[in-house]
Amino acid sequence: MLAINKLNLTIGDTPILKDISLTIEPGKILGIVGESGSGKSMTALSAMQLLPEGSSTSGSIQFNGHELLDADDALMQDLRGDDIAMIFQEPMTALNPVHTIGDQIAEGIMLHEGADKGAALARTEGLLERVGLPVSRFPLSRYPHELSGGQRQRVMIAMACAQRPDLLIADEPTTALDVTLQAQILDLLRDLVEEQNMGLILISHDLAVVAEMTDEIIVMRNGEIVDQGKTEDILHHTHHPYTAQLAEASTHIPVRSQPPVLSHNAQEAGLAPLIKAQKLVRDYPTKRESLFKPGTPFRAVDHVDVTVYPGQTMGLVGESGCGKSTLARMLLALDTPTSGSIQFNDIELTTATDEQLTTARKNIQVVFQDPYSSFNPRHKVERLVAEPLYLETGLSEAEKRDRVVAALEEVHLPASALDKYPHQFSGGQRQRLAIARALITRPALIIADEPVSALDVSIRAQVLDLLTELRQRLGLAYIFISHDLSVVRALCDEVLVMEAGRIVEHGVASDIFDNPKSDAAKMLVQATPNLERALNNRRAAQKQ
Amino acid sequence: MILFLVRKTLWAAVTLAVASVLVFAALEIVPGDPAQVMLGINATDEAIAALREDLGLNKPVLERYFSWVFGMLQGDFGKSYTYSVPVNELVADRVTISLPLALLSLLISTAIAIPVGLYAAARRGSLADTGIMALSQVGIAIPNFWFALLLVYFLAIWLQLVPAGGFPGWEAGFFTALKSLLLPAISLALPQAAILSRVTRSALLETLGEDYVRTARAKGLSRRSTIWKHALRNAMIPVLTILGLQFAYLLAGTIIIENVFYLPGLGRLVFQAISLRDLIVVESVVMMLVGTIIVINLLVDLAYLWVDPRLRHRRS
Amino acid sequence: MSAFLKTALRNKSFATGFVITCVVVLMAAISFVWTPYDVTDLDIGSKLKAPGWAHWFGTDHFGRDIFSMIMVGARNSIAVALVAVIIGVGFGVPLGCWAAARGGLLDEALMRGNDVIFAFPALLSAVMITAVFGPGAINAIIAIGIFNIPVFARLARGAALSLWPRDFIMAARAAGKTKTRITIEHIVPNMANLLIVQATIAFALGIIQEAGLAYVGLGTQPPLPSWGKMLNEAQTMMSFAPHMAIIPGLAIVITVLGLNLLGDGLRDVLDPRLTRKRD
Repeated sequence: MLAINKLNLTIGDTPILKDISLTIEPGKILGIVGESGSGKSMTALSAMQLLPEGSSTSGSIQFNGHELLDADDALMQDLRGDDIAMIFQEPMTALNPVHTIGDQIAEGIMLHEGADKGAALARTEGLLERVGLPVSRFPLSRYPHELSGGQRQRVMIAMACAQRPDLLIADEPTTALDVTLQAQILDLLRDLVEEQNMGLILISHDLAVVAEMTDEIIVMRNGEIVDQGKTEDILHHTHHPYTAQLAEASTHIPVRSQPPVLSHNAQEAGLAPLIKAQKLVRDYPTKRESLFKPGTPFRAVDHVDVTVYPGQTMGLVGESGCGKSTLARMLLALDTPTSGSIQFNDIELTTATDEQLTTARKNIQVVFQDPYSSFNPRHKVERLVAEPLYLETGLSEAEKRDRVVAALEEVHLPASALDKYPHQFSGGQRQRLAIARALITRPALIIADEPVSALDVSIRAQVLDLLTELRQRLGLAYIFISHDLSVVRALCDEVLVMEAGRIVEHGVASDIFDNPKSDAAKMLVQATPNLERALNNRRAAQKQ
Repeated sequence: MILFLVRKTLWAAVTLAVASVLVFAALEIVPGDPAQVMLGINATDEAIAALREDLGLNKPVLERYFSWVFGMLQGDFGKSYTYSVPVNELVADRVTISLPLALLSLLISTAIAIPVGLYAAARRGSLADTGIMALSQVGIAIPNFWFALLLVYFLAIWLQLVPAGGFPGWEAGFFTALKSLLLPAISLALPQAAILSRVTRSALLETLGEDYVRTARAKGLSRRSTIWKHALRNAMIPVLTILGLQFAYLLAGTIIIENVFYLPGLGRLVFQAISLRDLIVVESVVMMLVGTIIVINLLVDLAYLWVDPRLRHRRS
Repeated sequence: MSAFLKTALRNKSFATGFVITCVVVLMAAISFVWTPYDVTDLDIGSKLKAPGWAHWFGTDHFGRDIFSMIMVGARNSIAVALVAVIIGVGFGVPLGCWAAARGGLLDEALMRGNDVIFAFPALLSAVMITAVFGPGAINAIIAIGIFNIPVFARLARGAALSLWPRDFIMAARAAGKTKTRITIEHIVPNMANLLIVQATIAFALGIIQEAGLAYVGLGTQPPLPSWGKMLNEAQTMMSFAPHMAIIPGLAIVITVLGLNLLGDGLRDVLDPRLTRKRD
């Protein structure tokens, strides 16, 4: 149906794709995997002929007997949305905010079927029903801003599948969604492939997702295909070293030489908690409901208790909007709780004096998610990493510099980094810089808010190793916030599961993952794509 | 939506109230006695005392403020000292020139700028686009009153196509009157159109880079219908903002332009009032203009409701 | 700085704008020590001369040399527009940053205050100020300056609001730094590009506004020449001495065009997306 042969793409003078060849048949799912910048999305956009300006292509893209590289606008417009459809990564921005969802789906139907508006809208109702948005609850007159991210992605799928396309291209369709939603959307896609006998190209950075979904896999790197074949062959025999490396990195578990620090052991040993938060509540005011009725405050964090012992790594997991980050900000004393208490050593953070806060801050440092926005782009590394030294008085410039060099050494960065700007580092190196900045005051606790979520898998594995190593060497405690269970499992001693502002489960990490008790934990564990599980399932299916 | 409407209207009212305090206060800080200032240094004490009484200057400040405000609300702007007639009579005639002039120029500016801006954006990088952008760059740099002088020189003095200025009055017939407003309106409108066309162009270019435009293309829409059906309405949101701001400029611009064309509008009135030190007239005219600007801005805010459904209902 | 200029001058808009601006500023500077003729010299014998060898730009109805008047007028235009920008930046940026840092009611109040000022175009403020205090160049400065305040306050607030949730600000807060300190250390430097570009645009606009105010008699008073005043005087001589109107107008257009090009060029040159690869 679709056959790409020796496709080359350059944008401006930069080669983007080199000798890409692939084919896909009806009813099959082809996965394209690769790290950022590998050319996955560009391959997809080539098939849609929606490449950015300044692109030039060579080779061939055959689709149902048409050569797409030579196709004129009229032909492409006939094919797009009718025979080839596409869904994109970011459901929040992929729909037009000023049109209703009904109009946006009906538009394609009217265009390709020549249907009148009434008929198109009637069909639209059925389509929305099929993707799980029944008209009774989601009337066609809804605007995108009235839907959640997962619902918007369903609308996108309804739109893409309206004409029963022969080929659907899904470019990271679930990356912006929580794992439970991811599982639902992937299920929906799989059902639609079967129902409509269409071909699906699933583009993803997540090997586990691809392993669960696809029949064939293409592994891309730097614009080239490095590995290609049936999913189970590729992942079992991992014939290419890069594929093996990707597979290893996505299931990577740092080696630990110490036993986990468990709360009940610590309690029995009479250890004092490092940080102990009790009955924490944080309310946010909301918009007025009407002229005469103020909005009911939104409770982001609801009576949460957190205790972390010295050297302990506490995982904090939950879906987006469950209150994880708000909790973290309160523990960092960046936000004041509505009620409750936070004891750090002997200091009560909610009522601390400036001097006490300084002591506490020296001991609680933070690493953020996005390595690109973690640093003031106008300062050099020396100044960036030294920022928390503001908490220590009486240091000379030379002493500060020495401390920065020492901190860089801890994260395995050379002293030559001092005079560079943050944009001169890669994402992984920046995350090392962020860790160096957190280490410079020699803290007892580091709160890491999704520290590896924005990183490619291979770099993620390195950063996890570094965090483990530092924990052992410096006796650090971590509060590790993540939506990614596999990462939490790899690193944490104990885990707190959060849902709608509450802690719904607390326990030893391995227990929670192997044997979740609360519904929230069960859902999370089940929905999390798992490479090993996917492979085992496939193996079992093959044996039958 | 009703909440939005009420809030915006309320804020406009508050803005209006604060503005009135500012205008009132400005006259309060006149160095020395306003009556003295208005009459000049040769005035007799009796005349000053009489004027003070007339203006109510002997009453407490708050009382004077509120009687001024409530007077205005009932259409009573006080009495001009120099002309010895109620200000609203003076103003009524002038408004029928200034306001149509401002609206006409807004109309011309919008009618030119939006199509031109859209055309340039749709053909980004083409010769036409480059030409339009260069021309608008120059257009922005041209002061409207100088442009007016040039128009008068070329069209009225040199080619003698149109009268150099003056206003026959609406009694002379709608089109005759409108014709004499045309040149002033064009000279006000063109420099504004230059700005607006650039804003329109960049707004459309920005929306064309949005994800939903790519979605529309992926649906099979042509480039052209993507622009019409998806990009245009989103691009109008920033254009609307600038349009609101421009009206303030245009209204202020009319005051200057009236000088070039000898139009007996509010501008002429205000400058005469300044040279005659007729503070009441100045105060009233400024307040009227400020009020108009605030009302127009409110209308622009309400127009957002129509363009942007996100403001309409804040469910979910 | 020189390295920056070298890169920047490769941008055509910037280069053109930079050259024009330099010429205008130079002209204004030279006028302090030398002009071809004394601008206060009335020479009725050579009045209303068209541009020629003796008087490059011709003479006005009092026989004054227009080229000299343009030079001295540049001084006045630049001074008024520059001080007005300084007022706008000096009040607007701190207000905007303060509003963004504090948020809540203060923010709301400050921004509403801005709306009020926005309802007073420079011309209306100038009308009021002149009605109360009498005419003068200072009026123009104050009127334009006041109008610049909300422009910069909005810009600074918007930029600051987008910076505050960024992680590096959070990191600074975790280091115990106060909001004021963070504003000075992190927020303002990161909005500097925006401010520079806006300042250039406000400067250009200030020159047009000053000319307008002087034209209607609300700005600079005689005997000091100003471009707007020259246009006013030219109006009645249009039919027989059009150069009196054309030349000062061209001076305004060229200066404003130069500044706008400079601003556009700066916007491109300073855009972090393009400069990432620099140094």
